[in-house]
Amino acid sequence: MVKEIERYGIPIVHMATITTISESVGANRIVPTIAIPHPVGNPDLPADEELELRRRMVRKALDALGTEVKEPTQFE
Amino acid sequence: MAEKFKVLYYVNQFFGQIGGEDKAGMEPMYKEETVGPAMGFNSSLKGEGEVIGTLICGDNYFNENKEEALEYILKVIKDNNPDIVVTGPAFNAGRYGMACAEIAKAVVKELNIPVVSGMYIENPGLDVCKDIAIVAETSDSAAGMRKALPVMANLVRKIAKGEELGLPEEEGYIPQGKRLTVFAEKRGSQRAVEMLLARLNDEEFQTELPMPVFDTVDPAPAIKDLSKATIALVTSGGMVPLGNPDRIQSASAQKWGKYDVSGRDALTGEYCTIHGGFDPVYANELPDRVAPLDILKELEKEGYIGKAFEYFYTTTGTGTSVGNSVKFGTEIGKELKEAGVDGVILTST
Amino acid sequence: MKLELRRIHIKDIQFGKTTKVKDGVLTVNKEELINKLKDDERIKDIKVDVARPGEKVRIIPVKDVIEPRVKIEGSGNGFPGVSTKMAQLGEGKVNILYGAAIVTVGDIVGFQEGVIDMWGEGAKWTPFSKTYNLVLDITPVEGLDPHSHEATVRLAGLKAAEFVGKAGRNVEPNEVLTYEIGSHAEETKKYPNLPKVLYVEMLISQGLLHDGYIYGVNSQKILPTLLHPNEELDGAVISGNCVAACDKITTYQHQNNSVILDLYAQHGKTLNFMGVILAPELTTLEGKFRTCDYTAKLCKMIGVDGVIISEEGYGNPDSDLLMICKRLENAGIKTVLITDECSGRDGKSQPLADTAKEAVAVVSGGNVSHVVTLPPADKVIGNAEAIATLAGGWDGALLEDGTLMCELNAVIGATSEIGYHYCTAKLY
Repeated sequence: MVKEIERYGIPIVHMATITTISESVGANRIVPTIAIPHPVGNPDLPADEELELRRRMVRKALDALGTEVKEPTQFE
Repeated sequence: MAEKFKVLYYVNQFFGQIGGEDKAGMEPMYKEETVGPAMGFNSSLKGEGEVIGTLICGDNYFNENKEEALEYILKVIKDNNPDIVVTGPAFNAGRYGMACAEIAKAVVKELNIPVVSGMYIENPGLDVCKDIAIVAETSDSAAGMRKALPVMANLVRKIAKGEELGLPEEEGYIPQGKRLTVFAEKRGSQRAVEMLLARLNDEEFQTELPMPVFDTVDPAPAIKDLSKATIALVTSGGMVPLGNPDRIQSASAQKWGKYDVSGRDALTGEYCTIHGGFDPVYANELPDRVAPLDILKELEKEGYIGKAFEYFYTTTGTGTSVGNSVKFGTEIGKELKEAGVDGVILTST
Repeated sequence: MKLELRRIHIKDIQFGKTTKVKDGVLTVNKEELINKLKDDERIKDIKVDVARPGEKVRIIPVKDVIEPRVKIEGSGNGFPGVSTKMAQLGEGKVNILYGAAIVTVGDIVGFQEGVIDMWGEGAKWTPFSKTYNLVLDITPVEGLDPHSHEATVRLAGLKAAEFVGKAGRNVEPNEVLTYEIGSHAEETKKYPNLPKVLYVEMLISQGLLHDGYIYGVNSQKILPTLLHPNEELDGAVISGNCVAACDKITTYQHQNNSVILDLYAQHGKTLNFMGVILAPELTTLEGKFRTCDYTAKLCKMIGVDGVIISEEGYGNPDSDLLMICKRLENAGIKTVLITDECSGRDGKSQPLADTAKEAVAVVSGGNVSHVVTLPPADKVIGNAEAIATLAGGWDGALLEDGTLMCELNAVIGATSEIGYHYCTAKLY
C-alpha cells in the first residue's frame, strides 16, 4: 500500500515494527515502532510516559515527511 | 468422429509472404487459406482441428494504427467465429510481438475466445499478454519455427478440446505468473529432507518457491511546511468502528474501509481491531496505539501540522495478498491525491 | 534417549459404559469424561461427539487436535508443566491410540479457528479427516477474560487426551516404533562421515491465541532452546495458538512432528540428526534479531552441516525465517526452508512478505488464499456460522444450502509448514 500511495507523489511514512520487511518491500520513509500488537504505544509504561513516547514517535514520523530522502531511510 | 475445431491464424507481412520491411506498412487483410506458418501448424493439428484462414498485417501499420487494425481484425474474427486464435510465433521480433500480444489481449477480453501465441522469453509483447493468453516459449529467431509449431499446436489442441494444461515446463509455455496449489506425491517434510540431502551431497535440487522480487518507487518530495500540511492516517492494523460495519475480513482482506474522524479526538472509545494476526488486547484497550489519531489531533491543535485529514483509512494486513494491497493503495492514494492530502502516516502491525 | 511409541490401531470410536479399547474399538464413557473436565470451574458446558472418516460431518470452529496417549514406562505422563507434574520427557514407553484424535471446538475470542471436513472435497485438504475424532464442544462460564478462556479450552483438550489415552494402558500395541539417539559425542563417533543436521522449528509467540508452550513455558519468554527430538515426540511441546488454521502446528502435529519423524528415518543412514531447536517468532524487531542470532549461534556451536527450518504462520514470521536462513547460509551451513504462500486468491501476488537471495531451497505448503468450495454437510459439529469471522472465511462464505466457500486459511493443517500435509504450489 505504501508504494502505491507514494506513486501519486504524496510522501508517506511507514510506521512499522518489522522494518526489515518495510525495507525489503520498498518503503522509502520508515519509522520503527514498538511491537506488532501495539506499534505506537507501550502498555508496559505508566500512562504519562507512554503518552510522551507516543507523541515523540508521531512527531518523528511527521518530521520524516518533511525530510527529503533519496533511498529507503530509517528515522530512528 | 467429433467435429474439427476451427483455428484462425494471425501473421505479419513477412510470415504472410507479402514482403519484408518495405511492406511493413500494409493494412490488415484476411485470406481464407493457410499462409506461411499456418500451413505447418495446420498439419501439426493432425486432423483434429483446422486452420480456416489467415489474417495478415504489416508490423508498422499495426503499431502505428492500433485501433483501426484491431477493429478490422476483431471483426474478421467475430464473423468467422473460430474456437481459438493463434498469433505468431513472433520469436524475438518486437513489433511483431507487440501485435501478437495486443491482438491476443483484445480477442480474449472482447470476444472471449482463447488465444495461443509463441514468443522468445524477452519479447516485449510477452508482458502484455502472458497472463491472459498462453504463450509458447520459442527460440529468438525464426530458425526455431519447426520446433515451435508442434508445441503451439499441442497447446491449441488441448485448449480447444477443453483439456487441462499441465505445468508450463511440461507443455512448453511461458508461466502466466499464477501460483496454484496442488498436491505433491510426498509430504512436505519428506520433500524438505530430500532437498537437504541433495544440497549436502552437492546434487541438483529445485526450490519450490523462488524468492519474490519487489519493485521500488522513487521517494516523493518532502513536505515543505508541516504547519500548513494536511496529514492522513492509514493503517493495516484492522482498526474499525465497533461492530465492523463494512465487514472487513480478519485476514486476507478483500477490501478497505474509510471513516469520518473529523469530529473525534481519538479512535479510543468507538474503535476496535478485527486483525486476526496478533493479540488484540492492547490494541483494543487503546486503539490509538495502532493508529495514533489522538496525537495527530493534538499536533493539529498545537499547529505542528495544518490539519489531520477528515477520513481515516483502514484494512487488515495479515495474509492479505500483495495484489490486494496494491489495489487498496492505488484506490486510497487516488482519493488522498484528489482531496489534496500532503502527507500520509501508514501504521502496520 | 530411547522412546518406544507403541501404536494401538483404532478403527472406531463408540460411546459406552466404560472407557476402554477392545479389538481396535475405543469406547468412551461420555458422562465420566464430561464430569472429569468439569472439575475446572471455568467450564460451563461440554458437548461430546464423534466424527469418523467418510461421514458427511463438518467440524467448526476447531481450536486444537491432540493425540490420546498414555505413558506406561518412564517419567512424565501427559503434558508435564501444563496438565501434569514436571518431568523429563523423551524416554520410556508410550501407548498411543493411533488413528484417534481429540478435537476441541467452541468460539474463542479470536478469528482463527478452523474447519475439518470428514468426507469428500474437504477431506483431502486436511490430515484430520483420516482420524477418528472425539470432538469436545466447550462453553466456558460467562465473563472469563480472553486469556483465561483460551487457557481453559486448551487445558480441557489436553486433559481429555490424557483421560481417553489411559484406556490404552494395558492393550497390546499393533506396532512398536523405537526412537533412539544418544549424545552428540556418541552419535558422531558412530557416524563420523555422515553430515550433521539440526531441525529449527519456529513457533508463533505473539500473545493471546498466538503462543506455543514448551514444558508449560510460554515460548514468548524463551531464548531459542535445544531439545532432544524424543522430547517433542513425547509431549513436551503443545499448541496454545490459533493462528490461521491452515499452518498452525496443532498439539497432535507436535506429538507427530513430520520433520522430526522424516529426519529420524534417515538418522544413521544418510545423516546424523542432532536435535531440535525451538525458536520463538516474536513481535519486536529487537526480539527477532536476538532470536535469529541466537538460533544461528546454536547451530554453529553444534557444528552442523545442514538445517531444516520450519515456519509457523505467515506475514511477519517470514522475516524471521529468512533472517535465520541468511545467517546460516553466510556461515556455510546449508538450509532448507518450509513455508507457505500468500499469493492471493488468483495466485498472482508475491508469495512472501519478505525476500532474501540466500533462500535457494524452499519447500512450499501451498497458497493459504487458495479458495475451496466444500459441499453441505449432513451434520455440523460446533457452529457453521463461525466461518463468517474466522481467518480465511468471510461474511457470506456459508451459502444457504450449507455449502462453504473459504480459503485454505480456514482448513486445519492444509498448508502445514512442518510439511505434515501434501500440498505445494506450482507456477502456472
